[in-house]
Amino acid sequence: MIRFDKVTKVLGRKIVLDAVDFEVGKGETFVVVGLSGAGKSVTLKHMIRLMRPDSGEVSIDGKIINDLGRMALQELRSKFGVLFQSSALLQWMDVFDNVALPLREHTKMPEKEIKRLVDEKLELLSLGDAGSKLPSDISGGMQKRAGLARAIIMNPEIVLYDEPTSGLDPVTSRRIDELIVNMREQLGITSVVVTHDLHSALAIGTKIMMLHEGRIVENATPVDFIRSKNSTVQSFLESQYITKKGKWEGMLNE
Amino acid sequence: MLVEAIWFMQFAFGKRSKHETVTQFYITGIKSLGVITVVALFTGMILALQTGLELRRYGQEVYIGSAVAVSMIREMGPFMTGLIISASVGSAIAAQIGTMTVSEEISALEVMSINPNRFLVMPRLVALVVMMPILSVYTNILGIMGGALVGTTQLGVSVQAYMDNATQFATNKDLYVGLFKAFLFGIVITTVSCHQGFMTTEGAVGVGRATRSSVIISFLTILVVGYMVTRMFYL
Repeated sequence: MIRFDKVTKVLGRKIVLDAVDFEVGKGETFVVVGLSGAGKSVTLKHMIRLMRPDSGEVSIDGKIINDLGRMALQELRSKFGVLFQSSALLQWMDVFDNVALPLREHTKMPEKEIKRLVDEKLELLSLGDAGSKLPSDISGGMQKRAGLARAIIMNPEIVLYDEPTSGLDPVTSRRIDELIVNMREQLGITSVVVTHDLHSALAIGTKIMMLHEGRIVENATPVDFIRSKNSTVQSFLESQYITKKGKWEGMLNE
Repeated sequence: MLVEAIWFMQFAFGKRSKHETVTQFYITGIKSLGVITVVALFTGMILALQTGLELRRYGQEVYIGSAVAVSMIREMGPFMTGLIISASVGSAIAAQIGTMTVSEEISALEVMSINPNRFLVMPRLVALVVMMPILSVYTNILGIMGGALVGTTQLGVSVQAYMDNATQFATNKDLYVGLFKAFLFGIVITTVSCHQGFMTTEGAVGVGRATRSSVIISFLTILVVGYMVTRMFYL
């Protein structure tokens, strides 16, 4: 469904992605992990053509998107919903108007129908009371959920999450994780999640790919990922206290 | 960006863009009136005082009406309005769009297939190109009134003589050229401010830089465009 074929991207003098190859299947929750500056967000931006590769190809549903024209790009992006790291809600609009924006811009739906759909999504994300509030008046967790409501309002096939739990408390983080899992299980949405929170990645991912200095050092199921012999992966696991003792003991020692 | 925004002009008064366009009219027009009133009055007063004192040496102070009116309508009205609007409205546009750029709101619009030029630039462009000539006329009127105030109270010129002189020498061409300049300045301010906003990088520092650049570039462009239009119509 999403395919990167030897994608290379250089920003300034730094090779951010170095001949990256991977595939994301339909209905998967594909998690990209790595340290800061590893190229995770750049990978995400290539999927929606916010960035173009310097070499290599990115294809969605078999169609190469490197050089799409405006109309084709619009059609491509209609398949996606994106939750940005900063939520990216328009600050002068209240939460309801933010979530309703794609419907108002791309459909001729009457306001009554728009209200019904927006209220439905806000309820789904436990934001029923926040519709009339400005983004600056709600917490970071609520902003993330509002951003997610906006991302899924057009019923996209694929949702991209850029650091969905960064800056959130553990309880809210787990709640966002549950939402991502529910999206897959209830709506069959394909998800690509960029995060450096490995606990979150293991909880939600059907596949986990680790990037390090622009290269893929591991791409495996969660179980195979924590059993990886790669030293970078092992050191990343240890840095997040995923060690051979405690909760992970059985899995790591098998 | 400018061409695209003009292409989208038809959407400015559509049902769903009307609110944003009206908001921009309010910000550009109504919220700038206070500072424009003060600046316009004092510009006219200074012009009257400076030219009046020189003309008095030759006993010709009665002509300050024409000097103030022609200067205001041809040059100072649109020029002062352009400077005020670029410093107040233009800087605000650059700061808002710059903040939106660094906080990924522009990327979010693009991902939602909402063209930022239509959504953000076009309502501001419509508001500025319509309001700039109107505000320029307002500046002209207040400037001429300010000149009259100085002329009557400090230079001993009657209101009747001042106004007769003002209307005798200022022509329709002066007014049209002045309005044309104001219209162009509206385009300049919107284009420069939005462009600087979209080009913003590096967080809060970048927003500050974009705001400063938008004011400086707008000021310089207004000066150059003003000179070129004057040269085109009067040389």
